[in-house]
Amino acid sequence: MQSRVLAASYEMSDAEVSRAHGPRPRRRPQWGRLLLIAAALSFLGVFLALPLLAVFVQALAMGVGAYVAAIFDPMAWAAVKLTLRIAATAVPLNLVFGVAAAWAIAKFDFRGKSTLISLIDLPFAVSPVIAGLIFILIFGTHGWFGGTLRAHHIRVVFAVPGIVLATTFVTFPFIARELIPVMQAQGKDDEETALSLGASGWQTFWRVTLPNIRWGLLYGVLLCNARAMGEFGAVSVVSGHIRGLTNTMPLHVEILYNEYNYVGAFAVASLLALLALLTLAGKSLLEWRQPELRHSARQPPDRTRRERT
Amino acid sequence: MATPLTAVELKMHKPRRVLPGFQMTLGYTMTYLSLLVLIPLSAVFIRSLGLGWGHFWEIVTAPRVVASLRLSFGAALVAASINALFGLLVAWVLVRYTFPFRRLIDAIVDLPFALPTAVAGIALTALYAPNGWLGAALKPLGIKVAYTPLGIVVALTFIGLPFVVRTLQPVLEDLDKEVEQAAATLGASAVQAFVLVILPALWPAMLTGFALAFARAVGEYGSVIFIAGNMPMKSEIAPLLIVAKLEQYDYAGATAIAVVMLVLSFALMLGINALQSWTLSRHGGR
Repeated sequence: MQSRVLAASYEMSDAEVSRAHGPRPRRRPQWGRLLLIAAALSFLGVFLALPLLAVFVQALAMGVGAYVAAIFDPMAWAAVKLTLRIAATAVPLNLVFGVAAAWAIAKFDFRGKSTLISLIDLPFAVSPVIAGLIFILIFGTHGWFGGTLRAHHIRVVFAVPGIVLATTFVTFPFIARELIPVMQAQGKDDEETALSLGASGWQTFWRVTLPNIRWGLLYGVLLCNARAMGEFGAVSVVSGHIRGLTNTMPLHVEILYNEYNYVGAFAVASLLALLALLTLAGKSLLEWRQPELRHSARQPPDRTRRERT
Repeated sequence: MATPLTAVELKMHKPRRVLPGFQMTLGYTMTYLSLLVLIPLSAVFIRSLGLGWGHFWEIVTAPRVVASLRLSFGAALVAASINALFGLLVAWVLVRYTFPFRRLIDAIVDLPFALPTAVAGIALTALYAPNGWLGAALKPLGIKVAYTPLGIVVALTFIGLPFVVRTLQPVLEDLDKEVEQAAATLGASAVQAFVLVILPALWPAMLTGFALAFARAVGEYGSVIFIAGNMPMKSEIAPLLIVAKLEQYDYAGATAIAVVMLVLSFALMLGINALQSWTLSRHGGR
């Protein structure tokens, strides 16, 4: 009884205060908030916005004509085509693997599952240079299969197959680790229903599972593709830097830069920067459509599983 | 006389796994993983066994190798620390405050994941070179960034920037504002509430983000080599030394350095996994 009276009197005095002094002052001082926002934005400005801006400014330093000429240089075009070819091979390979791995891990329980998830993440812990080195140790002239390959005139290292292998290794975990949490969140009720209604395994996959995971799949493909087209270290080690033949876009940027052809280097770099911006835009769009995709990229895949139970 | 099947019998006959494709998908996963990742990676270790312990130790303890490993791990440590501090600031501002273009800025945080490392490398070099926008401004202060170890730290800070922000954001979003308000009601200042209430809840995620940024920075190559100057003993990172040895056909040397880096990176990854499950058990136990 007494407390109710106290509460009522408190409410009343509160109302009187706002009537007398206008709206109540905010809890946190406004200037502290502004200072923190300013500090964060300056940091991001110096470390993210300036480098991005520098790419385009340097590319256009000698005018639009020089920029266009640099982009339509035949060697630059050869690099663009090779990069597209590499990504068009590496991404589908990892896509099929990602779907298979996610199906096995998300829909079934088996021993050693968490070890398998850790092993899938392994390429993230390997330096890109070492990712290139391992394929030289296997397929190089002095490698395990070096002699056999030479006898059959097959080139892997310092040729396109080596670049594909190194790129596939580096981008290996991307799609699997996007799909595993998505499939775990979906559960397996939909598939079991489809099967009980007489659908075959493949029909269930194409008509039930795939539509359910399509946004997560696209998200993984987007990230995988960005890395596949932009990979430098691993590809640099296995490519042999043969111009027009094994020169991907990032490698071409390096060659032009080392020849002091800055406009050329930054022109090709600007194409890669545009690709990065498109990737970020697509990623934001997908996150806006499917908010649960956000943050999944860097979370351990078993996070969602444990949260659900 | 045939008796109708009872529910119990139906259950008994029902296979334990209802969904098909387990053996096929797991088999494919294991085969692909082994062929592309496990067997190639084991090649490094098997090749290094052929070196013999004495030779291996001799390569790994050569002054140039030790200097490059120290630089790679040291610069990664400094860069990850900068990322931990500023990552906390950025995550805090993005989660707690509203301001114009917040969504756009939030999306841009992932730029280092999406921008090819070679592009980042030449862009940072152009900025911090003595005649660059930032390099020219820093020159009167006597600070040289490009072609020094400081440049390596700048490149690694760029590369590791998203890790801390992205690990902290979900934790900050989940954090009960009521706890803070309770602290404020009890008379704590904003700073006290932050240090005594918020920070203890954040630091496991901060440590995870730090470790992820560190792990990425240790092996980084593309963004560093343009800005580093690449002077042996001074500004030569370990991945670059591997490349240098490969170019001289010194496969033994390259393999030995790779083994040291792989062992350290795998130990780090195990640490991160342990940290994450520990964080989850704390975080999930609320």
